[in-house]
Amino acid sequence: MNEKTITKVYLYTRFERFWHWFQALMIFLLMITGFEVHGLYALMGFKTAVDLHNFIGLFWLGSFAFFAFWLIITGEWKQYIPTTRKLFDVALYYAWGIFHGQDHPVQKTPGAKHNPLQRLAYLGISAMLLPVQMITGLLYYLYNSLGSVSLAPIAFIHTLAGFLLVNFLIIHLYMTTTGHSLFSHIKGMITGWEEIYDTTKIEEWETKATKKA
Amino acid sequence: MGNNLKQMDRGGNVSPGWMAALVFVILLAACPGASSVFAAAEDESLGIKLAKQAVRADKHWTTVDHSKIEILNQDFSSGDQITQACLSCHTDAAMQFEETIHWTWEVPSEKPGIMNGKAGHAVNNFCISGNAMEDKGCLSCHAGWDGTDGLVNCLSCHGGEKFPFKETFADLAAFAGDDDPDLQEIVTQLHADIQKAVKNITLPRRNNCGECHFKGGGGDGVKHGDLDTSLAKPNQNLDVHMAVDGADFTCTRCHTTVKHHIAGRLYTRPAAAERKSLIQDDMATKITCESCHSATPHKAATKMNDHTDKVACQSCHIPEFARVNPTKMWWDWTTAGKMKDGKPYVEKGEFGKPVYKSIKGSFTWAKNVVPQYFWYNGSFDNIGIKDDIDPQQIVEVSHPLGSPDDPNARIHPFKIHRGKQPYDKINKQLVAPLLSGPKGYWTTFDMDEAITLGNQTLDVPYSGEFDYVETTYAFPITHMVAPAGNSLGCIQCHTRDNSRLAGITGIYMPGRDKFAIVDTIGLIAVLGALAGVTLHGLGRFFTRNGREE
Repeated sequence: MNEKTITKVYLYTRFERFWHWFQALMIFLLMITGFEVHGLYALMGFKTAVDLHNFIGLFWLGSFAFFAFWLIITGEWKQYIPTTRKLFDVALYYAWGIFHGQDHPVQKTPGAKHNPLQRLAYLGISAMLLPVQMITGLLYYLYNSLGSVSLAPIAFIHTLAGFLLVNFLIIHLYMTTTGHSLFSHIKGMITGWEEIYDTTKIEEWETKATKKA
Repeated sequence: MGNNLKQMDRGGNVSPGWMAALVFVILLAACPGASSVFAAAEDESLGIKLAKQAVRADKHWTTVDHSKIEILNQDFSSGDQITQACLSCHTDAAMQFEETIHWTWEVPSEKPGIMNGKAGHAVNNFCISGNAMEDKGCLSCHAGWDGTDGLVNCLSCHGGEKFPFKETFADLAAFAGDDDPDLQEIVTQLHADIQKAVKNITLPRRNNCGECHFKGGGGDGVKHGDLDTSLAKPNQNLDVHMAVDGADFTCTRCHTTVKHHIAGRLYTRPAAAERKSLIQDDMATKITCESCHSATPHKAATKMNDHTDKVACQSCHIPEFARVNPTKMWWDWTTAGKMKDGKPYVEKGEFGKPVYKSIKGSFTWAKNVVPQYFWYNGSFDNIGIKDDIDPQQIVEVSHPLGSPDDPNARIHPFKIHRGKQPYDKINKQLVAPLLSGPKGYWTTFDMDEAITLGNQTLDVPYSGEFDYVETTYAFPITHMVAPAGNSLGCIQCHTRDNSRLAGITGIYMPGRDKFAIVDTIGLIAVLGALAGVTLHGLGRFFTRNGREE
């Protein structure tokens, strides 16, 4: 324990932090309004829920374009390139090592903010679940103008993906507590500076893709 | 790399929170959809604007003052004389009127050999049939001076005051030839009263139409539920269009007329094939809500405008019918014919309305009734006296046609009048008992004989064996449009339990519908995640993350 030194690294730029919390707010609001529209509870009233859900959904869709633009321009999209290297190690760490005081096999660095498991998860979220949600959401919103389109299959996918996002959110929130202290990851996402154990050597392959010349 | 980090950090000392909030607010304000979330501008919706334009020019005027018409200065002694006076100027009026259903009570049907209309083969579950106009009790509403004999009574619809012509003419006939000066004075007065009534000519007013249509089925509010005497002088809350303190529409404001044919009938099919606005065609044969209010009547970019392709305006804007006077909901003929001290009797119940009449059976009445909703394309399927029925089932004597796949169909509100009425056990057809008159059921209380005589009037065979079958009769609800503020909220229909549209199939309705598999997978995904992280967290807690001291 004592032999571990803690270092601070600047992981998340201002834009990334803003985007993260902005998106978090959007998802949270979409979640509570969306499941009210789904009829699971009555909180703010159906009409308000629908109006808010539509508004936030469209707003998020529009702003997602900025995020995509940023991803492409900065090359940060490479952070999401999936890899199988150390994937098993990371999985094993969360299943076993974490209970036995072992170190995380992959530490965060600016060049590799996501460990292999995160890369896979976030790629799934950003490239699959969110686009599916945005496309079906847009179809849901527009279906009246689309001619004889049935709402049922759109609603089926949109609701299912909604539940899967809640599943993600729960695990995501829990995983924030697995840093060196319970709130160190959350603090990192607020200030940009993450405290990590300075024990792991960062491998060349981890940062290669995003290395600046 | 380290340098890069430090450079970036300079700005990082400024709290990122306010930056995020600021950008969020700017983006929010810039988005046009924001108006639907935040307080919307209080300008009028398109539907209101268009409707105001449509009715702006309706100031009817005429160049004829009937009190100055020479030929009306007569001592009329019969209704036919009055009509002849009318026809001396309006030469073709009676000819036109006798072509219309208001006179014939008949409408050709699509089925060969079957005539719709109350004088035809159609039946209902009230007084059942007009028996080809042989049932004289029905004829009080026929717009002639003497039932189907004699001339058209123009004053039924154009008389400015309700005047007891029949009784007055009877008095005049009784007094005729009497020289008693007192009687002569009365006769002169009666003639003057008649003349005054005859000269009081008007376009049809609510009371003219209402004299029959408010009292369909034999009394105030019996039949329709959205048409009763409360509409003679309605207030805004009861009917925004007809309200005396509002638009003050007469019936003919919407029920437009061509050659005395009055628009608005529902037997003909399709009743309103084209949904066009008055702006497209101000001679549209039938005025619907959309004619004045357009197909996107609500404020721009509101979800309600997306509903108009599937939901009739009436569904939300008439939250309940019979809001002032009660309407009859159930009529059971099986209990008819009971006597008290050998005499027929009447029992009154809630609302002061009869709940039992020996001549008719038992009734139930209701006020503020929530409609039932069905797909409706403007047409009805009717079971007439010649149609086969399945007595094991509830017979839908009149039921709206339409399906979710029909682009002309909308979800529309209805009053469903239920009851039990006689049918022919052997021929499996409804029957048409004769009710009024010396040989009618109301005199003889012999249903078998009444059916025999009644079916004869329509030339339909009767086996001699009858029983009772439960039936329903649907009335479209379209009057009693409430102020916009009283229209239905989303949750009346978009709710899992007790949705008003629980019976509507063929569409997916958010809030009402769900896929069991989606919700099951969803529940497993959410609970599974919660259970997983809880166990994992407990594991970390009890192992102290493996960091034993």
